[in-house]
Amino acid sequence: MIRRLFIANRGEIALRVIRTAKAMGMTTVLGVSSADATSLPALMADETVLLGPGPSSQSYLSVQQVVAAMVAAKCDAVHPGYGFLSENAAFARAVAEAGIRFVGPEIATLEGMGDKLAARALALEAGLPVLPGGEAATRAAVHARAAEIGYPLLLKAVAGGGGKGMRRVDRAEDLDVVLDMAQAEAQAAFGNAAVYVERFVAKGRHVEVQLLGDGTHAIHLGTRDCSIQRRFQKLVEEAPAPAMPEAARAGIEEAAVRLARHIRYRGAGTAEFLVDATDFSFYFLELNARIQVEHPVTEAITGVDLVEQQLLVASGKALTLTQAMVRPVGHAIEVRINAEDPDADFRPAPGRITRAAWPAGPGIRVDTHIAAGGEVPPFYDSLLGKLIVHGASREEAVVRLQSALARIRIEGVPTTAGLHARIAADPRFAAGGVDTGFLTGLAQ
Amino acid sequence: MNDDLPLNAEDIAEITAIIEASPYRELDLSTRRFRLRLARADGAETGLTQEWQWAGSAPEAAAAEAAHTADPDAVAAPLPGTFYHAPQPGAPPFVAVGDVVGPETVVGIVETMKLMNPVHAGRAGTVAELIVPNATMVAKGQPLIRLA
Repeated sequence: MIRRLFIANRGEIALRVIRTAKAMGMTTVLGVSSADATSLPALMADETVLLGPGPSSQSYLSVQQVVAAMVAAKCDAVHPGYGFLSENAAFARAVAEAGIRFVGPEIATLEGMGDKLAARALALEAGLPVLPGGEAATRAAVHARAAEIGYPLLLKAVAGGGGKGMRRVDRAEDLDVVLDMAQAEAQAAFGNAAVYVERFVAKGRHVEVQLLGDGTHAIHLGTRDCSIQRRFQKLVEEAPAPAMPEAARAGIEEAAVRLARHIRYRGAGTAEFLVDATDFSFYFLELNARIQVEHPVTEAITGVDLVEQQLLVASGKALTLTQAMVRPVGHAIEVRINAEDPDADFRPAPGRITRAAWPAGPGIRVDTHIAAGGEVPPFYDSLLGKLIVHGASREEAVVRLQSALARIRIEGVPTTAGLHARIAADPRFAAGGVDTGFLTGLAQ
Repeated sequence: MNDDLPLNAEDIAEITAIIEASPYRELDLSTRRFRLRLARADGAETGLTQEWQWAGSAPEAAAAEAAHTADPDAVAAPLPGTFYHAPQPGAPPFVAVGDVVGPETVVGIVETMKLMNPVHAGRAGTVAELIVPNATMVAKGQPLIRLA
């Protein structure tokens, strides 16, 4: 049983967790920075605890302060949301040492999946296909790997995530210069300069599988396609992955479940794959051991509350869902409304929201912590909210998305809403199955 | 007191359907805790929007942007965030007093929403003063560096 749940996050995901935890009868305690003290999640939580000043390093990212806050508030479990400390093994260990349940996987899983090379090795053990490439500890080894797999290729940070330390190399003569940049970026972002080498797939789609496990059993809740990205970060997500033969989709789902069973995965997780848009061959990329930003599209088609499942598993219960009980219905699309200027290279735009009119109606869900008068502080990421539409078919979902985006009015800061309206109106998007190069080719 | 969050997505969808089937244009509901306005969208052919206001959230004018007098000799922050003199802790600063700069010279960075944004001098000149100390929160338009 979880009685007092600490939420170690902010923004829309904090609000999302509070909503389900309250419905399950838990008392919610939110850790806030001083910049978020009057935010909507702070207002909705049963209790709040001040973690520290605005900058994340002194509040949401401080293991010491976050653990001290949940101990002082006498919480018996902590939900880390996504980002911040959600996949930090040292945090999970400090939580366990304080006698508090961590809503997430085993510490060993976080360690195994936080290191991209170790994750690759585990996937190989479970029999999953991975991209040609691998470890390259020295400059000479990077050159040897590059010669082996050919160009173009990708350099990726071993400790990576969020696209940082990730660089594409098109020609052998550029390798040394780009390697220096990737290592410097990896060092700055993760304190670890190590990179590895992978083949670059020219027409790739980003397809992921939602997993649920209790340490003994594991099931999947279908695919999501997140190919529309900027700076290797997702902007549009949909479920299931469109324009893909049923056999290809089933093969990816089956591979993901095989990995979850192999590592005896506990909680909600997501296996990410790169899928060749031309022949649907697929390669394991990584396993995200947390709730994902885009989880609502899976909730829309399956009717499963993923946060509820996380909290049930964390409280020690076995999965009651079986694979046969998961029957996806229709199609769902999510767009991220960010405080960014798409016309100025997605420059982040913090500020005060003067008006927030979100669409409303059947098949529409809005997950947001932003209302009129809301502040978007400069310390955190730019997500204002997520618009999720659900329809009986993908065609219906796309029409619903177009109509919803025509109504949205967010004023005070520039947002990605207008860009999403252009995406939704693009015939290639309407056809479905676009690759990760889509945004670059989008008409202005 | 906040035992139940008001109105989930399904509730909103149902109320929306009721309004759409009615001759009414909008529903404006105020309680002690919140105000919800569901209205036919302006400019759009069909559909409604939801606008929420919450009692107690976002106090007015908490962060009223300080009016900065336009200083032609100052390099201003292009956006709000944390201003840094150097690319990394311990690294030498981008510029020091007395340095000659051109319009494209990077004189510092402003970290906003986890992204590093370079600040360019904007014109040629000599650095006369570093107005803002390293690692300071700055508002958009705040003078950072004075050129001579």
